[in-house]
Amino acid sequence: MTGERVEIALDVNGERYEIRVEPRRSLADALREDCGLTGTHLGCEHGVCGACTILADGAPVRACLMFAVQAEGMKLRTVEGLADGDRLNPLQQAFHDHHGLQCGFCTPGFLMLATGVIEAEPDISDDDLIEALSSNICRCTGYQNIIKAVRAAREQMRG
Amino acid sequence: MTGLGARAKRLEDLALLTGRGRFAADISFDGQVHMRIARSNIAHGRIVGIETAAARAAEGVIAVWTAADTADVPLIDFRQAQVDALKPYRQPILARDVVRYVGEPVAAVFAEEATLAEDAAELIGIEIEPLAPDLVAAGEPGVFAPGLGNAPSVIEKGYGDLDAAFARASHVVEIEAAVGRHSGVPLETRGAIARYLAGCDLLELHGAAKIPHLNRDRLAQMLGISLDRIHLHEGHVGGGYGIRGEIYPEDVLVCLAAMRLGRPVKWIEDRFEHLIAANHSRDQAYRLRAAVDENGVILGLDATFLHDQGAYVRTHAATVPDLSCAMLPGPYLVPAYRARGRIRITNKTPAGTYRAPGRYESTFARERLMDAIAVRLGLDPVAVRAANLIPRDQMPFARGLETLGTEVVYDSADFAGLLARFIDHFDYRGIQDANARRRARGERAGFGFGYFVEKSGLGPFGVAAARIFPDGSVEIVTGAASVGQGVETALAQIFAETIPVDLDRITVVHGQTDRIAEGRGAFASRVTVMTGSAVHLCATKLRERVLTMAGALLQSAPVALTLEAGRIVPTGAAPGPSIGLDEVAAAAERDGDPLATEEKFLCDHMVYPYGIHGAQVVVDPETGNVKVERIYVAYEVGRAVNPTLIEGQIVGGAAQGVGGALFEEFAYDEAGQPLAATFADYLIPTACEMAPVDMLVTEDEPSPLNPLGLKGAGECGINAVGAAIAAAVGDALGRPEAVTRLPVTPRAVRAMLREAPPG
Repeated sequence: MTGERVEIALDVNGERYEIRVEPRRSLADALREDCGLTGTHLGCEHGVCGACTILADGAPVRACLMFAVQAEGMKLRTVEGLADGDRLNPLQQAFHDHHGLQCGFCTPGFLMLATGVIEAEPDISDDDLIEALSSNICRCTGYQNIIKAVRAAREQMRG
Repeated sequence: MTGLGARAKRLEDLALLTGRGRFAADISFDGQVHMRIARSNIAHGRIVGIETAAARAAEGVIAVWTAADTADVPLIDFRQAQVDALKPYRQPILARDVVRYVGEPVAAVFAEEATLAEDAAELIGIEIEPLAPDLVAAGEPGVFAPGLGNAPSVIEKGYGDLDAAFARASHVVEIEAAVGRHSGVPLETRGAIARYLAGCDLLELHGAAKIPHLNRDRLAQMLGISLDRIHLHEGHVGGGYGIRGEIYPEDVLVCLAAMRLGRPVKWIEDRFEHLIAANHSRDQAYRLRAAVDENGVILGLDATFLHDQGAYVRTHAATVPDLSCAMLPGPYLVPAYRARGRIRITNKTPAGTYRAPGRYESTFARERLMDAIAVRLGLDPVAVRAANLIPRDQMPFARGLETLGTEVVYDSADFAGLLARFIDHFDYRGIQDANARRRARGERAGFGFGYFVEKSGLGPFGVAAARIFPDGSVEIVTGAASVGQGVETALAQIFAETIPVDLDRITVVHGQTDRIAEGRGAFASRVTVMTGSAVHLCATKLRERVLTMAGALLQSAPVALTLEAGRIVPTGAAPGPSIGLDEVAAAAERDGDPLATEEKFLCDHMVYPYGIHGAQVVVDPETGNVKVERIYVAYEVGRAVNPTLIEGQIVGGAAQGVGGALFEEFAYDEAGQPLAATFADYLIPTACEMAPVDMLVTEDEPSPLNPLGLKGAGECGINAVGAAIAAAVGDALGRPEAVTRLPVTPRAVRAMLREAPPG
């Protein structure tokens, strides 16, 4: 039954969202329903598919496996924070250039996962990169072009 | 370059890359109500009672419905492959008296919030008196309802003198081959949001996909409203693969509720529901018996198979077994043939189509047969296939069978030519030598391949309306749908081939029933072929008008003009004045006759692309794990609109093929409880399991059935992957016929290893 709602503030993409949520509210639901950031998608709600991957204090996390109340005080980043208006960032551009998406449902999760991985380890090897990308599921692309895109972005982000 | 053959970047990407997509769950309306379905947790049983009082009294609950509240709603009807004998097996939107699978909708709860609807649904007490579940399609048939058995129909097709073929045969080769229960499992679960605008008596259904126009017609019929009072709207669609966009109970329930409750109603499926409630597919078990001569040439083929339909027959009716029968002979001559597919109702989630329906399965069986013929007659597997291929000079080749209301006539093909190119391009002999060396070192490495024929471009028509606006931008309105495959880009390229404009000046509308009167949607790899041909007709007609008008405006002969990058210019390097497409469009508007046209492309026959899949694997003898190291695909597409998108379809399909070959299966326990109800149990390949794919896409045999020579590419990636991996595992184990069932699990491989020759 509806629990009492609690007031929390989330820091998402550098903006402060003051919201009232039930303690059982998942972070993904809070982002989507209470902050209006529907770019974070829900594919399984049990932590396997990774469509809801966001960055929490720089680390990729499953937003479906965290409660919103747990995210207070963290710096959250979602897909909405990547581009500068219509100007894609290098990773987004690489997905576009290498046809790294089809239906696009898993794409926000892959973008945030890859962002977190490359930022943490700019020199990550090809094998380790594939291992890291295997955290998320894509049902359309067969991964080949996602891997190409992330490799290309890794080179570019290295400078 | 923006026209045919260009590796243009997709028009669809920007919104999807920036989190601005509008998928079903992203659509909300003020005052909306949320629906939650209470489902049966028993595979088979009689409903004794449904206790709803507690749910009705729960916080935020607006209504609770059971079958008693929806008794006036008809069963969900078929949309193709009608078979009268299957009609009694159609599904009601809420279970009536009996539940037939775990996941069957029994009650619907409507509440102010999604969480409250979910809480209340858990308070519904469904009392069921269990009946024995029927879970083995091969078992003795039972009873569906009084007077109705659960083996309702046999789909039968054939031609030629089978008895004479067997009488003449020097060998009879018999095999069994089965494919487990898989499905498309798109990453976005299903969703439906209905809104009834009482003021204008209009019902809207958002979250539509695949076949919005066809579903509009069916829903109007079921709900008893007229066709002009209902509109379906497609937003972004998170993958289709055949299963999404068919009419399911939930779609009807939200529509009904929006009208009855007078508020918008939203339903978003969760993953557990999806895996037990959305269409399953595959699950066919074949027995093939072939009469062959001493060279391995098939004289006759007698095929029987069981089709495990699950608990009800849904919208596809007999589509899948019908296609299995029609496409089983594949690229081979097979002068005499009979196929009998027995449809069996069981207490599992109902089945429908999944990418290459009836082909992934029948190709697996047929190519296992070809390998068996080679082994038993001591012949080379390539030679056996080559000896049976339909020669190019027999094109067009009438198979003598019908499917989906159309004769199977292969429109154009050089099967032997593509096989030769496959062998050469991917260095088949080199692969064999390398595997021989690896096996000599004790590695269990192997290669296998399978030939397949696809079907594409199902008619009877594709329709498009194009308009060039006075600012030079173009709008193309189609009756097609997008499931993420790049429809907008491909159709824009087809238009730009004839009227060269920047692709980003072209808007392609799809999936909106209020924008165009009719449409056939996106299935059967049909959009590029059928809608693409209609777009081509529009562009051709508009080009003629543009040149005529420009000629008048420039005082020049239309034949002396051509179109280049949004301008009408003199042909060749000839000097002379030019005029912008925008100016011509503006002149046309001033004349009261805008540059606009609607065209319909008609075609009664499908087109038949074809290809070959190869798989290189290595088997771990300790764990039984099969690692796919590389996949090879040769594919004849007639004419490539955008090679990058075609390759994307191939690789994506191949990954699903790998899943079905090695990992994915909807298994049940003996009580009919589903054992794969999460992504921890239904295993979809990740980047680690997927191998690199090498591709050879050819345009050697354009289709004579449409103006651009197009054949589709939506289902080619998956078709023979299972067959190729099965052959590769057998090759790796030194037991070419070992694999008779997909998926080939580690447990199955370990059992095979116990009987394999030492590595």
